[in-house]
Amino acid sequence: MAFDAVLFYLFAALAVGASLLVIGQRNPVYSVLLLIASFAALAGLYVLLDAPFAAVTQMIVYAGAIMVLFLFVVMLLNVPREDAAEWDRSHPLNRPGAMRFGAVLAGLLLLELSWAVWHVSTRQPMALSETSPGSVASVAAIGRSIFTDYAFPFEATSVLILVAMVGAVILARRGQGLE
Amino acid sequence: MPAIDPVFIVQIALIVVVFHALLLSAAGMVWAERKVAARLQQRFGPTLVGPAGLLQPFADVLKLFFKEELRPKAADKILFHIAPIISAMTAFLAFCVVPFGPPSTFFGLLDKPVPLYVADVPVAVLVIFAVASMGVYGIVLAGWSSNSKYSLLGGLRSSAQMISYELSYGMALAAVLVLANSLSLQETVNAQAGYWHLFGVPVAPRWFVFVQPIGFFVFMTAGIAETNRAPFDFPEAEQELVAGYHTEYSSMSFALFFLAEYVNMVTVSAVATNLYLGGWHLQPLPEWLGIVWWFLKLSTLLFFYLWLRWTLPRYRYDQLMQFGWKFLLPLSVVNLLVTAAGVLYFGL
Repeated sequence: MAFDAVLFYLFAALAVGASLLVIGQRNPVYSVLLLIASFAALAGLYVLLDAPFAAVTQMIVYAGAIMVLFLFVVMLLNVPREDAAEWDRSHPLNRPGAMRFGAVLAGLLLLELSWAVWHVSTRQPMALSETSPGSVASVAAIGRSIFTDYAFPFEATSVLILVAMVGAVILARRGQGLE
Repeated sequence: MPAIDPVFIVQIALIVVVFHALLLSAAGMVWAERKVAARLQQRFGPTLVGPAGLLQPFADVLKLFFKEELRPKAADKILFHIAPIISAMTAFLAFCVVPFGPPSTFFGLLDKPVPLYVADVPVAVLVIFAVASMGVYGIVLAGWSSNSKYSLLGGLRSSAQMISYELSYGMALAAVLVLANSLSLQETVNAQAGYWHLFGVPVAPRWFVFVQPIGFFVFMTAGIAETNRAPFDFPEAEQELVAGYHTEYSSMSFALFFLAEYVNMVTVSAVATNLYLGGWHLQPLPEWLGIVWWFLKLSTLLFFYLWLRWTLPRYRYDQLMQFGWKFLLPLSVVNLLVTAAGVLYFGL
């Protein structure tokens, strides 16, 4: 039990630290790599929660597939290091309106986080599910609940992704006589 | 002093043995590759160092050890050194969930049989898939951090190729999982014990390759593309990119990429052996011969790898993309659909 706790704090610290460094980096390639490290730490947390399937899926989908695409784009565009001086002068995010909006968002996030921490500390621990963890049974259970209980959110997500895809295609095709 | 569980010692020993066996197998593959290449081109290959040139790979490694380690001035210091480590690490990591023989008591040495793999993971098949998808970072980062045109092009090609062929690879895996109704490699192998029956007569060993010929084809093709072997060796296409992603590497950091490539080949072949060729099962033979039998199947697949490299020329880049997206992916999706329908309606 104690060893689990040590591992939990290790992975949690890694996830938080890597995530902070992602936005603290000026080199986009390093940001991508640190995000991968953060995802890997999250996968470690899933393993500690007896959810190896979720952990492996996290590694395959996020760390493996999506981040390779990120890295591909960053490398293909050869994004330069963010130049601090120029960034401060000309970036649209530096206008006062955007700053205030960001401050409001940050405040909301902080509020939500503190509410969640308070909520978790007062709630009874949840009972463990009946299915044996990690076996095919739990994978089957995940699949069944996605396509029955959570069918609507699942389908809604796929429509959302479709919208993003159509948007990307239209943006890419703009100015090629397809207006 | 408390008694140490002999099973524990065996587990530790397994880790050591598997690691060194993989190292040795890479050396063996280098030798085999040069011999096969030579034979296919009517040459002799290495003959001088050791009997039949068997010690040639060790001589090569010794040479590489004494080479100077170079780093381009404009290269990214940290990533340039991390990249080959990532490559080699992921290559070795994938093999730790691959079983390579039936549970064994080592001829009665132990009280109860010990399964022959390093780590017991209930989602082993997915772990291999996940680790394989991590392996690309080694190549991509090597390409980027070298700060050279050819390396960058190699790295970019590698990531594009990985993304394209990973999907087909996963789809082919999924069809086998549906058949075996398990995510564990151990159980998948055991599902292939016995025979396929046609009208009550045993016609063939119960290997999945006989009901999944298309899946096997897709798996091996995508596997060859994932390991960057000819005819899919675009990241290091010599004629176009000098040496691709490892152009700027020398000495042992180059050797690590080399090692990773061969270990990856062994892993893909080992997974294919377990998923499609029945693992260590061959009915009439006694069970302790399983390891030998498993090794023979693995060697056949590895020979096939080498044979292919020296037979087929490299594709063009647009052909690679066409083939991956317009042929292999639809084929693997249809294969998965048909397999699922077969399991659901005919109970294969």
